[in-house]
This record gives sequence, structure tokens and C-alpha cells, in this order.
Amino acid sequence: MRLLVCISKTPDTTSKIRFDADSKNFIEEGVQFILNPYDEWYSLVRAIEIRESIGGQVDVIHVGNTSSDILIRKALAIGADAAFRIEDEASNSTSVAYQIAEFVKSHPYDIVFVGKETIDHNGSEVGSKLAAFLNLPFVSFCNHLEITNNIAVCSMEIDGGNEIIELNIPFVLSAAKGLAEQRIPNMKGIIDAKKKPLNVIAKVNVENHSELVRFETPAAKSGVRMIDPDKLDEMVDIFKNELKII
Amino acid sequence: MVLVLLEHKDGEIKKSSKEAASFAADLAMSTGEKAVGLIAGGATNSNELGALGIEEIFEFEAADYLDSQQWTQVIEQAYQKLQPTFIVLSNNSLGKSIGGRIAVRLNKGLISNVIQFKSEESKPIFRKSVYSGKAFAWYAFQSNEGIISVMPHGYGVFPNKNKQVTASKIDISIPSGNVKLKERNLLKGKTPLTEADIVVSAGRGLKDPSNWKMIEELADLLNAATACSRPVADAGWRPHYEHVGQTGIAIRPNVYIAIGISGAIQHLAGVNNSKNIVVINKDPEAPFFKAADYGICGDLFEIIPKLNEALRRAK
Ligand SMILES: Cc1cc2nc3c(=O)[nH]c(=O)nc-3n(C[C@H](O)[C@H](O)[C@H](O)COP(=O)(O)OP(=O)(O)OC[C@H]3O[C@@H](n4cnc5c(N)ncnc54)[C@H](O)[C@@H]3O)c2cc1C
Ligand SMILES: Nc1ncnc2c1ncn2[C@@H]1O[C@H](COP(=O)(O)O)[C@@H](O)[C@H]1O
Repeated sequence: MRLLVCISKTPDTTSKIRFDADSKNFIEEGVQFILNPYDEWYSLVRAIEIRESIGGQVDVIHVGNTSSDILIRKALAIGADAAFRIEDEASNSTSVAYQIAEFVKSHPYDIVFVGKETIDHNGSEVGSKLAAFLNLPFVSFCNHLEITNNIAVCSMEIDGGNEIIELNIPFVLSAAKGLAEQRIPNMKGIIDAKKKPLNVIAKVNVENHSELVRFETPAAKSGVRMIDPDKLDEMVDIFKNELKII
Repeated sequence: MVLVLLEHKDGEIKKSSKEAASFAADLAMSTGEKAVGLIAGGATNSNELGALGIEEIFEFEAADYLDSQQWTQVIEQAYQKLQPTFIVLSNNSLGKSIGGRIAVRLNKGLISNVIQFKSEESKPIFRKSVYSGKAFAWYAFQSNEGIISVMPHGYGVFPNKNKQVTASKIDISIPSGNVKLKERNLLKGKTPLTEADIVVSAGRGLKDPSNWKMIEELADLLNAATACSRPVADAGWRPHYEHVGQTGIAIRPNVYIAIGISGAIQHLAGVNNSKNIVVINKDPEAPFFKAADYGICGDLFEIIPKLNEALRRAK
């Protein structure tokens, strides 16, 4: 089975978020980047498990510049076989999806994995755009995946529950919590990763239809109002008269 | 024309769709257009939709289950027939699975998870929360058209308009799908977390899963949904679908009540856009108090039963 895992990078949640003077650019300096947890913990690991059980190849792909190579090596250390990086700024989801789609058209895969969302922008856009460019079915928010004889049975998160569906390969799948258990790279993995191929590919241009106007940082909270634990009627009064929920 | 996709469940328009409808109506008003709704046949409540500001409804016939490619076909055909400037979806599970696909198929922009819009230099710009709630970003379309998905609880439902609604059928042919639905499991009688107006959430401070009774009692008294922090879901104390935060669900209820949760940044990432936050924690230094609007500092095992009692008295 040929499996492709799309990996994105994201600032560590504890990073300080700062913008430049005209509020148009995020300042990356001093920010610690990590692999997007949905990609690292769930989709990559499930792809590796499938290879371990039925054989095949797991490749990872990333759209970004050379500063991401250290994260790509981590994905190789966890167990991917080969990596591809498309040299681009990855400034919007249409471009990322288009680049990956062009790559997949010339290198067909049975399943293309993306994560549920990149946690910096909570976009959840690349997967469904990629599926559209490839004209493939899209299994969104998949938390369980089994494959037998090229037929997949998947559980998808939906609002207030889940759906169990069945479909044939090939398809695009977005990974949610539950799809697999996080794996930590071991020493052998880290050493092997250095020898695995990381191929760099040139980008193709595509038109984007939306643009960032500016960033904004939220106003600070005006401060918490403390309620005496011995006067809980005051809390009830707030529920009733200020928040109006009872 | 601004077209909004309206989903329904058992004949009731979903709350997330009502919110998308309110957004669409306000957007249409600001651009001088009219808001129209697209809905699978048989669930039109004209009065309700008129109050939300919808002027025309187009009903199509569809099977109970459509996969993301089939849904996209529905929107594509409606687009060809109606030529709306903007298409508005809820950014719920359906919106997330089809928003990007529709944008690609129609060759238009998508601005997702929007919470607000305003007019600037005579065109609408759209606001969304980014970087785990630590910042906002405003986006615009390059042309004056595109697809917008509205964050559940991001905008609000405003049934204060008074439009006359006309309903007509729209002919849409849906090709056979590539995905077979085998089972659909919905939590009975429970409001999905993403749709809940009030959320009562608890963390490791509860010490043991058997202590959740009082949390559920509080949730019942407030008519709230329940949520939890990640370690609690990981330990199997609570079901995984209750896990909120950076790696769980992001929610934006009217009131979020956090009990025995420290307020780690990864937890806050999923809840700090809530309109009001109430924190109950015995540690005055718990980081959650900094993100809170109301706080009670003390032992939850004493506070929650007393609070429940006070609520019962107040009812
Ligand atoms: C990459 C990454 C992603 C993560 N994603 C998430 C996520 O999505 N969601 C999430 O929640 N976490 C997430 N975490 C974990 C997060 O960092 C915290 O560890 C977690 O939120 C802590 O859970 P907690 O507040 O329930 O437990 P603790 O941190 O153990 O806090 C328990 C709190 O209860 C209080 N308490 C104890 N006893 C009482 C009592 N009797 N009365 C009143 N208060 C009491 C304590 O003062 C304390 O503040 C993530 C971590 C990482 C590294
Ligand atoms: N620059 C990128 N390179 C490769 N894959 C990406 C990139 N950005 C996003 N993705 C994939 O798309 C998923 C969803 O991202 P997003 O649409 O940004 O929320 C991520 O989990 C990745 O799998």
C-alpha cells in the first residue's frame, strides 16, 4: 500500500505571538516550531501501522522552506521511509493543497493523510481542497481506520457522534484523535532518519482568492471577579441576572 | 444574493445553521443583497427563517446521506442556477468537510471559521481567531465574492428580522456516491458540545471518575453540556468526545465553567474564546484565573454540592 502523509509545522502553543509593525506578518524569530500534533501523533503513526501490518511505503510531504527540515527528519525518525519537501512559503491553504495535488498526480498513492487541522490557524482547509484537486473522496476527522483488500472502513467524527463508512482506495483522509497512539522516536530511528532521502521539489504557482488584511491581538481581560465560596448565592445571582442562563 | 446552506435534524433547523443564516442575512444587508437559503426538502419553517432574515428558500430532494463529493455537487449546481456572490456555511463537521472542496470546484476563495465581519473600504472583511486564541486575523476576498464558513457559537443567532419567505423547488441531480454509510451513532438526547450554549467542564481536580455525579448534576441544573480536560479523557475517566483544547474540540459557548482544571495553555487554546468564563479551583495561583471573568477559589468538593443546592433553591 502506498501511503502519503502531509505534515505541517506550527508554533508550539506556549510561544509568544508577535506581529510586525503593520500587523501583517507573524514574527517567527524566537518561536519554537513543532510538527502539527494531528500529523505527528495520529496520521503518521496510523500510516506506519498499516505498512507494518500489510506492507508498503510511507512517504511524508511538506510544503515549506529549509527551516522545516529538522521537523521532516523527525517524521522520518518516527518511521516514514522517504520525504519530499516542496520549496515554498506555504502562505495559504489553496497553494499548499495545489502543490501536494500536483505531486500526487505524478506519484499516485492509495491513501493521502492530512491532519484534522493545523493548530495555529485551525483552518481545516488543506484536506478538503486537496481532495477536490485530486477529485477523490475525503474522509474527514477519521478516528478509526481498517483496511482489508483495498476497502477501507472508517469512523468519522460528526457533531454529536460518529459515522461508520466504507469506501475503496484511493482517497484523502484527515486524522483526528483516536486514529493511533503517539510514538516517540527512538535512537535507531533518529540515526536511520539521517540516511533516508529528503527530496526537494520546486513549486508551481496557483492563484489565491483571499488575502490577510491584518492581525490583531485581543484586548486583555479586565480582571477576574472573585466570589466568596461561602456566598454561593452570589454566583447564582450572577447566573440569573448577569449571564441570564437560569 | 447571499446563499446559506441550512441543515436540519428531524425537521428542526440546526442551531449552527441558524447562526450561519443570521450571518448571511447581516452580510446581505451590508452589501445590499438578499439572503436566500438552500435546504434539503421537507423541513422549511418559513416563519422561523423569515425571522432570521432569509427571504427565499430553495428546496432540493436528496437522500438521507450525502458524502462530501455529493454535497459539493449540490452546492455547485445551486451556484450555477442562482449565481450568489457569497456562499455561507457553518464551520461544523459538514462545513469543514466540504468548504475547501466547494472553493476549489467554484474557483473561489474560502475564509473559514469566521466569527465576525465588518465593512472596510466599501468591502466586507472577515475576522477569525488564530494562534490558539492568542490573536485574531482579518481576511478579505480578492474579488467581492467567495465562500465563508461561520464558527459554531462564533456569531450568534438573531431572530429579530421580519422577512416574508417564499419557497420554491430547485432541481438538483445528485450523482451516485463513492462512500457507503454503514452506521450513524448520535448521542441520544444530548446537545453536541459544539452546539451547547453553556458548558460545565472538569479536570484532574475531580480525583476520580466516580466524582462526576455532582458535575453532571450541575450541568443538568444549568441545562449545559459537559466537557473535560485532556488527561481526564486520556485516562478514560470521561469519553474522548468531551475533550476540549488544542488537541480536542475548540468551543465558544456563552458560558464556560471550569472546575478543577489548571488552565494550561493547551487547554485554554480550545476554550478561551468563550464569552464568559467561570473558574472554580482551590489554587489561587491557577493560571485559569487569569483568563476568567468570575472565579471561586476553594475546594470543589465543598463548593459544587453547595452550588447545586443553591441553584435548586433558586429554581
Ligand atoms: C501538545 C500538547 C497538547 C495538549 N492538548 C491539550 C488539550 O487539548 N486539552 C487539555 O485540556 N490539555 C491538553 N494538554 C495538556 C495540558 O498541558 C495540561 O496538562 C492539562 O490541561 C491539565 O489538565 P487538568 O487541568 O485537568 O489537570 P491539572 O493540571 O492536574 O490541574 C488540576 C487542577 O485542579 C485543581 N484542584 C485539585 N483539587 C482541587 C479541589 N479539591 N478543588 C478545587 N480545585 C482542585 C488544582 O489546583 C489544579 O489547578 C496538552 C499538552 C500538550 C503538551
Ligand atoms: N505546509 C504544509 N505542508 C504539508 N501539509 C500541510 C501543510 N499545511 C497543512 N498541511 C496538511 O493539512 C492539514 C490541515 O491543515 P490546515 O488546513 O492548515 O488546518 C495538516 O494537518 C497537514 O496534514
